[in-house]
Amino acid sequence: MIAGTNYIGKSTRRVDGIKKVTGQAPYIAEFNPADLVHGYVINSRIAKGKITSIHREKALKVPGVREIFTHENVPLEVKIDSDYTDPLSPPGSPFRPLYDDKILYNGQPIALIVADTFETAAFAAGLVEVEYEEEDHGEVDLKKNLEQATHEDVPDPAEPRGNAEDAFEDSESKIEAEYYQPREYHNPMEPFASVASWNEEEGSFSIYDKIQGVSSSQGYIAGIFNLEKEKVRVISPFIGGAFGSGLRPQYQLFFAAMASKALKLPVKVVMTRTQMFTFGHRPACLQRVKLSADKTGKLTSIQHEAFSETSKFEKFNETIVDWSGLMYECENVKLDYQLVPLDVYTPMDMRAPGGSTGIFALECAMDELAIETGIDPLELRLINYAEKDQNENKPFSSKELKACYQRAAEKFGWQNRKPEPRSNKQGNKLVGYGMATGVWEAMQQKSSAKAILTAGGKLTVSSGTADIGTGTYTIMSQIAAEMLGISLENVEFKLGDSTLPEAPIEGGSWTASSVGSAVKLVCSKLQETIFAMAAQTNTDIFENKLIENAVFSNGEISVGNSTAIPYVEIIKAAGKKSIEVEVNSEPEDDRSNYSCYSHSCVMVEVHVDEDTGMISVPRVVNAIAGGKILNPKTAESQIIGGVAWGIGMALEEEGMMDSRNGRIMNANLAEYHVAVHADVQEIDVIFVEEQDDIVNPLGAKGLGELGIVGVASAISNALYNATGKRVRELPFTLDKVL
Amino acid sequence: MEVPKHPETIPLELNINGETVELDISAWTTLLDALREHLQLTGTKKGCDHGQCGACTVLVNGKHINSCFTLAAMQTNKEITTIEGLANGENLHPVQDAFIEHDAFQCGYCTPGQICATVGLLNMKKGNTPEEIRDLMSGNICRCGAYANIYKVVEEMKEKGTEGTTSI
Amino acid sequence: MNNISFTRAENIEGAIKKANNKQGKVKFIGGGTNLLDLMKYRVENPDHLIDINELKLSKIESTEVGGLLLGATVTNADTAYHEEVEQRYPLLSKAMLAAASTQLRNMATNGGNLLQRTRCYYFYDTSTPCNKREPGSGCSALEGFNRIHAILGESEHCIASHPSDMAVALAALDATVKVTGEEEGHRSIPILEFHRLPGDTPHIETNLKDGELITGIELPKKGFPEHYAYIKVRDRPSYAFALVSVAAALELDGEEITDIRIALGGVAHKPWRKPEVEKEYYGKKASRENFEALAEKLIEGATGYGDNDFKIPLAKKTIVRALTEAIEK
Repeated sequence: MIAGTNYIGKSTRRVDGIKKVTGQAPYIAEFNPADLVHGYVINSRIAKGKITSIHREKALKVPGVREIFTHENVPLEVKIDSDYTDPLSPPGSPFRPLYDDKILYNGQPIALIVADTFETAAFAAGLVEVEYEEEDHGEVDLKKNLEQATHEDVPDPAEPRGNAEDAFEDSESKIEAEYYQPREYHNPMEPFASVASWNEEEGSFSIYDKIQGVSSSQGYIAGIFNLEKEKVRVISPFIGGAFGSGLRPQYQLFFAAMASKALKLPVKVVMTRTQMFTFGHRPACLQRVKLSADKTGKLTSIQHEAFSETSKFEKFNETIVDWSGLMYECENVKLDYQLVPLDVYTPMDMRAPGGSTGIFALECAMDELAIETGIDPLELRLINYAEKDQNENKPFSSKELKACYQRAAEKFGWQNRKPEPRSNKQGNKLVGYGMATGVWEAMQQKSSAKAILTAGGKLTVSSGTADIGTGTYTIMSQIAAEMLGISLENVEFKLGDSTLPEAPIEGGSWTASSVGSAVKLVCSKLQETIFAMAAQTNTDIFENKLIENAVFSNGEISVGNSTAIPYVEIIKAAGKKSIEVEVNSEPEDDRSNYSCYSHSCVMVEVHVDEDTGMISVPRVVNAIAGGKILNPKTAESQIIGGVAWGIGMALEEEGMMDSRNGRIMNANLAEYHVAVHADVQEIDVIFVEEQDDIVNPLGAKGLGELGIVGVASAISNALYNATGKRVRELPFTLDKVL
Repeated sequence: MEVPKHPETIPLELNINGETVELDISAWTTLLDALREHLQLTGTKKGCDHGQCGACTVLVNGKHINSCFTLAAMQTNKEITTIEGLANGENLHPVQDAFIEHDAFQCGYCTPGQICATVGLLNMKKGNTPEEIRDLMSGNICRCGAYANIYKVVEEMKEKGTEGTTSI
Repeated sequence: MNNISFTRAENIEGAIKKANNKQGKVKFIGGGTNLLDLMKYRVENPDHLIDINELKLSKIESTEVGGLLLGATVTNADTAYHEEVEQRYPLLSKAMLAAASTQLRNMATNGGNLLQRTRCYYFYDTSTPCNKREPGSGCSALEGFNRIHAILGESEHCIASHPSDMAVALAALDATVKVTGEEEGHRSIPILEFHRLPGDTPHIETNLKDGELITGIELPKKGFPEHYAYIKVRDRPSYAFALVSVAAALELDGEEITDIRIALGGVAHKPWRKPEVEKEYYGKKASRENFEALAEKLIEGATGYGDNDFKIPLAKKTIVRALTEAIEK
């Protein structure tokens, strides 16, 4: 069958663009059901101990204050037989707000004030006095608590191969280094928010929640309140960024739902920016890497160990060290990954979780090895190019990384790099070039989708997925429009509603691949239905014709040179108002015989002011092998966004937790620096051709994470080239390079 | 025990997007909360509530400010323009259209603020070099990292000599 | 925020009278960019706000002695982009444009800028001890995070630094702060005497008296339009506070220094200047050697507290750099 329009692969303006630029796209805190009241959360000021008293009296006297919920008066139903897990709960027991008087971390939510207006709730919050009994200051510093490191409940990394220790000892060239990455906070621009309405008659919730997957919040609330899932409807049409922070339900959801059910009123709870630092974050991580090579630069051993923080109630894990067994060809590899439980909240996935961390260390180490062996860093990577996945002993479904290296080097002018540090100066600026490889797994999950084609010619496709800014609305509409051969204006894609067909949580860069495949499948089923219906009423034309001969174009079906029949006529002829199909899509069996990854090559230029140490990144080239690019416009946005994240990660981001109280002291956007306009200058994104018939029916690999991977290492490597100083501790602030 | 006072409300008149609106709100209500919670003009966003992100940017007498850092009571007798007031009916302001064309946003949450900041910049007639544009736009954080594309919008608007708002 | 009352003052006398007649804590509000910030964090808890934007303090006018009077409620943006400020006092313009963001500069007023309070993490977080916020409670920064803190003029009670860029340039320019109050009427305070070092009263940051109102800032005739530099060293190239900033202004006769001013930001509880050290260099050659010696003397006695140790060498290098840029102008 042939689709007549050409949307897939074409730069297309976002279908939700007008809503977003006019302020009409509704985000969660903007839903205001009738009789809405406002909740304001109070957080713990100690890291470890218990609450001895909460004085609510003053605040309760403020006119307009409805109730103040604490562990002492929270409805018992949220404690008895309640299940607080969500689909991504790591091993352990999830945090339960207001469960008892125990304080597990600084910033823990300990009370909710509900009032008629936001102003009243915020005012009254200042009148609540809380007394604590501090047990001790808590253990919050990763480096000081390495002796607590454990393998318990931690997934094993890839199996060791060869004998890395011996090979390291016997090698001529070797490097050994320790890298550190601090806590980082997602800080999406939209604060977490929930608006919950309990319907007493129906015994059901209707909830607007900021979440990367409505089914996650649905299951979570159903578990806490012992409800059938169908009794909890979760809606989340627009997400003001999440970057992983919305992969698990956050505490404002619990508070809004609990208060709504208790007060029988709709309740809105929105986090403050400071509260955005009181839940999951990218874990602090200490890594040790040992690499060795022979005279020709061929890697003889790789050893990579990581110590990552987690909370004392859950064992959050991510894939940090496995990349070192995957990225380069090497016979002797040893990997180790341990967790250090601390008195902090459980970390969470954050853009390219694990990958941006592990590859930061590996790709800095590769640069150190390049310096050690005297081989150009790009050449060293080519010498050790992995043609297959040695961790899994499988071929790659596709891997155009060599093309990435070549195209990036051409565009960037890599040949102009001066290997000698401090040898390239422009006025007061030391100039450095650096590069790194990036990689991310191309995953696919089960997903469902529904398509309805009306007799009016409108196509509505739906799936309970999310658009966190990634362009889901747009690319799904493109796929549907192309498959049915109708114009984009006649397609609507619906998402973010738990009543829609179930989709995986949006994360891991798998939405294009998973939901996109479901949308493609549902549309091909729709094609089949149209074909069958057309064949019934137009037996002459369709006699002996197979669907393979059909053309779907301009809202019409034709076979061979036959007259084209509009879909609307086919539907009307059948006496129907619309036709509807629903599918479940799953990864193909064949996929498991291959390793599926996207790859990139990042090259950066940095300038370092000789006197002040201030660093700028005037130029970044990021060449991407990400399979089929569905919409170059939104795809490029994913990559430039990732690069901006990489710059912030490299130069600025650090959650500063005071070890005396476990408190984040820069819990705001003035002192927790993220990249701003002035940090980001020229970024060139190159998509190299990559054909992949295995990864999924679309051949698309997903791009949300890949853009950040390698950027911080490339910057570190460029800083070395500029200054001769190797900085191994993120962020690379000016005092570290001076 | 001292009984807390009733949060007093005061009557106010604001001129927003060319219309006069009346409000009866607590004196310490910020312009941002007045817009979002009391007038349902939710296009203006709350990102930090502390002047650290720019999501709440609106134009007052043609100049862009953080609406979270001023009280509604301080903005009477002024012309307030929010994102809802930029388009002319169905016709987008050129800056709005350019944001779509250059894909200068992803999640869209900072976008109204970025657009108002761009319009304010055009009103100021500043931003004549790439460095200056980037510096003057730095009060608007885009966590999705659409900066490179937002820059293209501002550059194009400057090149075309696009008007910001006509009433200043 | 607090349950505040809000009134708008019609004239200066009325504003001062209102301030003196109110029960409870009173604050004048101009731009509000720092006051509302602190109120939302419950660091400042006034009972009454008096809006002073309707007072006739929103002009920039020439003074009889050939200087310029910057009205207290003129915004930072309008001041920095004012033609006379740009031409005659480019150092001030540049410093002001290095501060905050466009939006904040469009709101923040000149008077308010002088009164902005430290960015010390512990001052902002009401759950930690801070002598500035709660006298006698202790200084958490001494043994805590102090990367952005003072290296000069600090005390065992407080190592906070002053965050203003504008005030640093004003210090270099020898500006005067015009204030008026009920008891003492109109008076002028030289900028170097306006802010205080922390000593054992870090909660008292200026020599402004209770109920006094800043009406303007007077710039003297001399504006150093030829040889000046403002260098702001910070962790992010825009929209970040200074780790170290240097306002440098020179007057030269050939290669000879006839006047030299160096004010530092981000290193002390107030803009840091040592006029007596500057005077030693009058008549000397504007050379790198002399600049280095001068930088050494200006930073003499500096103390680091761990995280901020790097500021000591950084401040010296930045002084030399600023002076070098100033003479190359």
